[in-house]
Amino acid sequence: MALQIKEVTKKFGDFTAVNQLDLTIPEKEMFGFLGGNGAGKTTTFRMVLGLLDPTEGEISWEGKKIDYTNSSLIGYLPEERGLYPKLKVRDQIVYLARLRGMNKRDALKELEYWLDRFMVPEYIDKRVEELSKGNQQKIQLIASMIHKPELLILDEPFSGLDPVNVEILKKAVIDLRDGGTTIVFSSHRMEHVEEMCEHLCIMHKGSPVVAGKLKEIKRSFGKKNVSIKADFDLSFLDTYPGVTKVKNTMEGKILQVTGEDVAETMIRDLVPKGFVRKFELEEPSLTDIFIEKVGAVYE
Amino acid sequence: MNKFWIVLSHTYLSKLKTKSFIISTIIMMALILVLTNISKLIDTFDSDDQEKVAVIDQTENRLFAPYKSAVAGVNEDLSVLSAKDEKEAEEMVSAEEIVGYLLIENDDSVGFKGTYKANQISDSMVSNDLLLALTQLKSQITTKELKLTEQQIAQLNTPPAFETIALQKNAKTEEDLNQARGLVYVLLFVIYFGVLMYATMIAMEVATEKTSRVMEILISSVPPVTQMFAKIIGVALLSLTQMILFFGVGYFSIKQNLTGMNEGFFSFFGFGNINISTIIYAIIFALLGYLLYATLAACLGSVVSKIEDVQQMISPMTMLVVIAFMIAMFGLGNPSASYITITSFIPFFTPMIMFLRVGMLDVPFWEIAISIAVLILTIVLLGIIGAKIYRGGVLMYGSSKSLKSIMNALQLSKKH
Repeated sequence: MALQIKEVTKKFGDFTAVNQLDLTIPEKEMFGFLGGNGAGKTTTFRMVLGLLDPTEGEISWEGKKIDYTNSSLIGYLPEERGLYPKLKVRDQIVYLARLRGMNKRDALKELEYWLDRFMVPEYIDKRVEELSKGNQQKIQLIASMIHKPELLILDEPFSGLDPVNVEILKKAVIDLRDGGTTIVFSSHRMEHVEEMCEHLCIMHKGSPVVAGKLKEIKRSFGKKNVSIKADFDLSFLDTYPGVTKVKNTMEGKILQVTGEDVAETMIRDLVPKGFVRKFELEEPSLTDIFIEKVGAVYE
Repeated sequence: MNKFWIVLSHTYLSKLKTKSFIISTIIMMALILVLTNISKLIDTFDSDDQEKVAVIDQTENRLFAPYKSAVAGVNEDLSVLSAKDEKEAEEMVSAEEIVGYLLIENDDSVGFKGTYKANQISDSMVSNDLLLALTQLKSQITTKELKLTEQQIAQLNTPPAFETIALQKNAKTEEDLNQARGLVYVLLFVIYFGVLMYATMIAMEVATEKTSRVMEILISSVPPVTQMFAKIIGVALLSLTQMILFFGVGYFSIKQNLTGMNEGFFSFFGFGNINISTIIYAIIFALLGYLLYATLAACLGSVVSKIEDVQQMISPMTMLVVIAFMIAMFGLGNPSASYITITSFIPFFTPMIMFLRVGMLDVPFWEIAISIAVLILTIVLLGIIGAKIYRGGVLMYGSSKSLKSIMNALQLSKKH
């Protein structure tokens, strides 16, 4: 059944924030939601959570609309810090967990487990405003998943974190998925989605540009990357038939080609010219696909 | 319902534990202790303040002795001593042994006259007492000279009987009215501060949750209406806790000084015989007023995006409370004025002005019932609209211009 978003449109006055979004997010999987600012990711999440009502269309989890009767099945991590700055970690997590239907004792036990796991057990009696952004994000993540939700929505969970913390949080999220939680997360960072998600959707100005399985998206994209290093001049490749994009590196070039056949003829042309140090046919990266589809460079 | 209690108890307990709440409560209690013990405190500071005045008797010394006893009868903290002439007296003034001196001379037309000279004549207490003693002395001497009997003297000194009686049956007597005025005055202040302080607390609380984005988590697990009313009632309980503490301290302290309450300073406030029905009405109107303004404050707090904007956003609400308070203050002198009667039925003014009328006049019960019904209806209406604004407002970020953002918030919460 999973999470179904059926032809959902959301309009704010004349502005269309989400346009005809149609997605099925499979259960017990991680689903990546990509898109620039204003692409409609947060609006979609808010509709999934029932905070906003879609102008058209329907959203359902396990065949049922998400409302306050089943809200304890859902976990949510908002894009920006969403904690009481003045409250102690213990008070706030217990409060939020109780609102998601947990009792006080279980909430405390879980909190201690997660703080230990994130190697910050001493934070339990600290106020949130005293913690660094990375540590606040850990607390935030604990708040969103402490009640073991069936569906976890993470809006930009890894933004503003150092690589060590990203790894710790990523591991926790992956463990949660392996434990059977369906996770939807949005990110600006293509590599996180590429690494963790089987299915994904790229949004642009409210509409889904690409949606589906990561492997299929890559395959159907058709274009491949060729990475070349050689001892001779490679400039003739810039105008080679079938090459759509050229990027110069220190010792060679990375070319985008329309298909494997182009690479095949290319290597035959290269070998007689001299020593080829490297010739590699690569799958396109998600970044390539994103840039191509959204049509803008995005960092 | 369960979540309602979680939010309610969280609001109550987390506020109760904050330092600012504890400190402000302690300061207020200390202030109440000081106020209720004020007559004692004034006494302690004044007791060692024996003031001395020199008297230069230029009437062959026949007046000094009786005058001294007359002064002692008027004010026991004031004592007189004899001085030979003005020069000696002036030296004593500059040596700060005395505050001033009184010159008593013979006067052909009225017998004798007095002149009081001091460095500072701003302290009229001393000169008044001196004059009073001198007047008493003069009437003593005059009556003696006229050879009047004790009876005649008594007759001369008795003022005519004077009474004010209200023609309306249940109308309060002048004395009652004065006492009621004091009590109503104090309770109006309590309602005014209570409504303003706790409603602002609600607005701040909502705005804090919104700006810290914790609201998005809250609102995804608790319906906004439940949340809003749980918060309002949580703060109401908090205010009751505080009020009980304040009144407890006040009552205990007043009881300790009960003898002092019926005289002097306190008789003005009518604490001698506190009217129970006035207190009950005060509680009812304070609670209803709080509910009305707290609902309004929650809506207003929900549409701001920055915590700094809260004050600006709730300023129209603050103005309403202040206007109600001002009308009530003007009405204290003349509670039966027609503008008081009319405004007492306007829901935003009812809590203070209807209370003023109930406390000061004998208002027919149906009038009170109507005003309370209108007030409750307004609260319910505001609650329904407020919940919609709240639902939309908490998801809305950007500039907060009062009216426009309220309309936007309503738009956002609309079901399509």
